[in-house]
Amino acid sequence: MSQLSSADTETPEEAAPEIDEAREAVLAELTERIGDGVVGSHIRPGDDLWVRVDRANWVAAAEAAKAMGYRFFDFLSAIDWLPSPFGRDMDSQEDRVVSGAPAKEPEAMVQGYAGGETRFQLLARVYSISAGMGITFKCDLPDDDLTAATWTNVYAGANWHEREAREMFGFSFDGHPNMINLYLPADFVGHPLRKDFPLLARRVRPWPGIVDVEPMPGVADEEGEGE
Amino acid sequence: MTAISDPQSVAALAAEAVDNRVNLDFETEGMTLNMGPQHPATHGTLRIIARLDGEQVISAEPMCGYMHRGYEKLTEVRTYPQINALINRIDWLGSFANEVPFILAAEKLMGVEAPPRAQWIRTILFEMSRIANISLFLGDFGLQLGGMTAGFYAFRDREWVLNQIESATGGRFHPNFDRIGGLKDDLPKGWIESSHTAMDKLLAFCDELEDLLVGNEIFQARTRGIGVIPAEIALSYGLSGANLRASGVDWDLRRDNCPPGLVYDKADWKVWTHPDGDCFARTWVRLQETREAAKIVKQLLDTIPSGPVMAKVPRIIKVPEGEAYVATENPLGEMGYYVVSKGDLVPFRVKIRSASFNNISIVPWVARGAYVPDLISILGSLYFILGDIDR
Repeated sequence: MSQLSSADTETPEEAAPEIDEAREAVLAELTERIGDGVVGSHIRPGDDLWVRVDRANWVAAAEAAKAMGYRFFDFLSAIDWLPSPFGRDMDSQEDRVVSGAPAKEPEAMVQGYAGGETRFQLLARVYSISAGMGITFKCDLPDDDLTAATWTNVYAGANWHEREAREMFGFSFDGHPNMINLYLPADFVGHPLRKDFPLLARRVRPWPGIVDVEPMPGVADEEGEGE
Repeated sequence: MTAISDPQSVAALAAEAVDNRVNLDFETEGMTLNMGPQHPATHGTLRIIARLDGEQVISAEPMCGYMHRGYEKLTEVRTYPQINALINRIDWLGSFANEVPFILAAEKLMGVEAPPRAQWIRTILFEMSRIANISLFLGDFGLQLGGMTAGFYAFRDREWVLNQIESATGGRFHPNFDRIGGLKDDLPKGWIESSHTAMDKLLAFCDELEDLLVGNEIFQARTRGIGVIPAEIALSYGLSGANLRASGVDWDLRRDNCPPGLVYDKADWKVWTHPDGDCFARTWVRLQETREAAKIVKQLLDTIPSGPVMAKVPRIIKVPEGEAYVATENPLGEMGYYVVSKGDLVPFRVKIRSASFNNISIVPWVARGAYVPDLISILGSLYFILGDIDR
């Protein structure tokens, strides 16, 4: 059976074994509603649906999702895809420089599911209680203009999440009613969740993990061998 | 499913009326009331700035961040087992419940599944942390409204479940017991019998509290019809858990979207909802939830399968590249972790979706037009843990 002919399953009821088809149908309906706005997608069968929309359709995507019954607002945040020079692994660029080893080549930036072209991506998730499924939205934000339209008019709960994303990543949201810091003091400099914002505690005391991956006394010994 | 009952639509109208009132051209002399950061009704250091007109709240703005510990940043430099110890401190009253969704997300990315015995014990401890968390709410909410007795009873009977958690995991508050692929340890000898006793005590406590507190006339006067949240508003703010079910939305992640690794389908239990959406409904739903949790524990205790509690996992845990979001129904509501892994020892990014953050973001909406003493009822009944807001 072709997936295109499953028009009658567009509002998926109780997840059948073919849950993948249900998500395909959701994606198809979303594409129908916002047209070219969908620039990327990824489905993990029986688990989740990722949809990447372009910035102009960021709010349209929320409206479409809400009209499709995705009325529960889960969260809104962002991902910084820059490979961090700090603490990504046991010999990060910074650690090597500190210990006198030659610096490593920085890794290439690789975006996750549903692709992407920019360093910063908005990440939001909504959920449909009747369908029992969620949609994870992503949206590329160009480095020179980290702005998006606000979701607060569609999902009121986005208010605080956007305030958090603003202070932690340095975004701004057009039309947001109360664009002030939520956690940080008003005079705080920098955006802590950006990958190039150093974690000072980590600088003062370098990678603690290298001692901690020693086997734990007792159980870990027997279980570790069976890999 | 999400029909708006009468008191709810009335409240929506009332909120609209307040809106109109605030926009009037002339202004009576207002007053700004600062609640907190230290206030008994705030479970930590939440500060609320309320603008008052007489006894009525014109606007209430929570100020967060007094307890922000930067967990999302810290997760980027900690290994997965280390993060497990860290996230125990998010909702410190139901610590074990914090570990589970994170471990499940890592297990999903690794394609590991815990053996059945571990799944059973996980579910039991999960429900025990729910009881430990919510029984404190029931007592504490009574305390905030002037019913001291409830507070003492809750602290007394909560010991029963804390002792069980402690004897199984070694930690009263921060078990750090869940592992990728299973559990740290098996149950101690005699634990199943003593847990049955503890659950019986807790069930008796629920009955007692129902008479003592929920049936109390003053308590009802302070909570009925106060702080009504219509279902549609609750959904768009992302309210979850008992706060959402008290607005009549029949949704529980344990029943409707239980992630693999928890065995709620093996017990016979019920999801309670209440149509009113007020402070009383939220308390009532939580009381029923505690009772159901005790029933789940009792049933699962009798059916624990034998076998190992740990699957074969590599000693050094590297999680394969990928993204996963796993959410569970925690004592405070939906708690989820969006984990982005790049195949390293540490996650690339973890977005922590904590329940209280969304639950408390509705305060400016619901407090508008309420009276000052009702603000205490509203804050208390929305039930938040500061660590769960600030992370």
